[in-house]
Amino acid sequence: MERLQRIFQHIPITSEFWVGVWDSVPLTIGVVPFGITCGIMALTAGLTAGEALLMSTCVFAGASQFVAITMLGAGVSGWSLIVFTTLLINIRHLLMGASLAPYIMRLPISVQALLSFGMVDETYAITIDRIHKKGYSANYQLGANTAFYSVWILSTAVGVLLSGYITDPLAWGLDFAMPAIFLAMLIPRLINSTAVVVCGVAALVAIMGALYLPGKWYIILACLSATVVGGLLEGEEQHAN
Amino acid sequence: MRTEIFLIIMGMATVTFLTRFTPVAIFRKTGVPLWFERWMKHVPTGILTALIIPALLLPKGHLDISIENHYLLAGMVAVMATYLFRNIIVSMSLGLAVMVSLRWLGV
Repeated sequence: MERLQRIFQHIPITSEFWVGVWDSVPLTIGVVPFGITCGIMALTAGLTAGEALLMSTCVFAGASQFVAITMLGAGVSGWSLIVFTTLLINIRHLLMGASLAPYIMRLPISVQALLSFGMVDETYAITIDRIHKKGYSANYQLGANTAFYSVWILSTAVGVLLSGYITDPLAWGLDFAMPAIFLAMLIPRLINSTAVVVCGVAALVAIMGALYLPGKWYIILACLSATVVGGLLEGEEQHAN
Repeated sequence: MRTEIFLIIMGMATVTFLTRFTPVAIFRKTGVPLWFERWMKHVPTGILTALIIPALLLPKGHLDISIENHYLLAGMVAVMATYLFRNIIVSMSLGLAVMVSLRWLGV
């Protein structure tokens, strides 16, 4: 408890924290069907309610949880196989973490660890959107993380409780919320030709990767190609100047 | 709670945390070099694009550019909404409204 207080000394719970929470709450609707599905799938695969909730609380990474649960349900229970698969699916976080690193560099390590723990696709997107609009705020990021983390655990619990009553929450259409939110964040970034080219390259590589590569490798590959193209274009611009 | 499952969950939690924390850990002592920061500038656009495009164009794993693809139609509405209103919640709500009505009307 004392340790926790020490961590929060560095991030006073200010109004920025609550702005982060309130900005995020409406957007969490996109993860609810996934959390519910996670709970349902876990029970179907033979996990207990406690195990399902522990997984959502400790891992907090939807796609890799789905895969791990599917593997356990199919009778695969090798520790190294499941853990290594989780690593492969989540390796895209390296790029997100690297792009946020300059902003959180000066914070104490405990705060950096806390902020990193809560960095998922959605909270990363909300944080960079805030940077793009108003600049970085650790409190704001913590608020967004807290909102998504709470909703992830709660919706897993709902899935565990309602397992057997609902069949497929992903068929409701709410899974479209996330791409829609990401679109609304992407478009304001396309303000110059470099950004448009970067986006175009990422789109092409993502499509090809999604068609021909396993798992989530298309995200890493698309992002890397976009980064290289963007970096090269900027280099040329500087030459021209 | 079975020990075997507990250990799997702890292993998953550890590697997941490492993927999120490693970049920060690498640069904590030295600071982020300027060249690296410059290259990282385009990661947000790259990640957002990579999360959106397959979700809209390949919702079922194969390329589907037709009016049968509800994700594509709802995505176009969300794009228009973004240009008109510049508000994330409005884009999300309009996109979802189109998506859910297409679903439930069985168009």
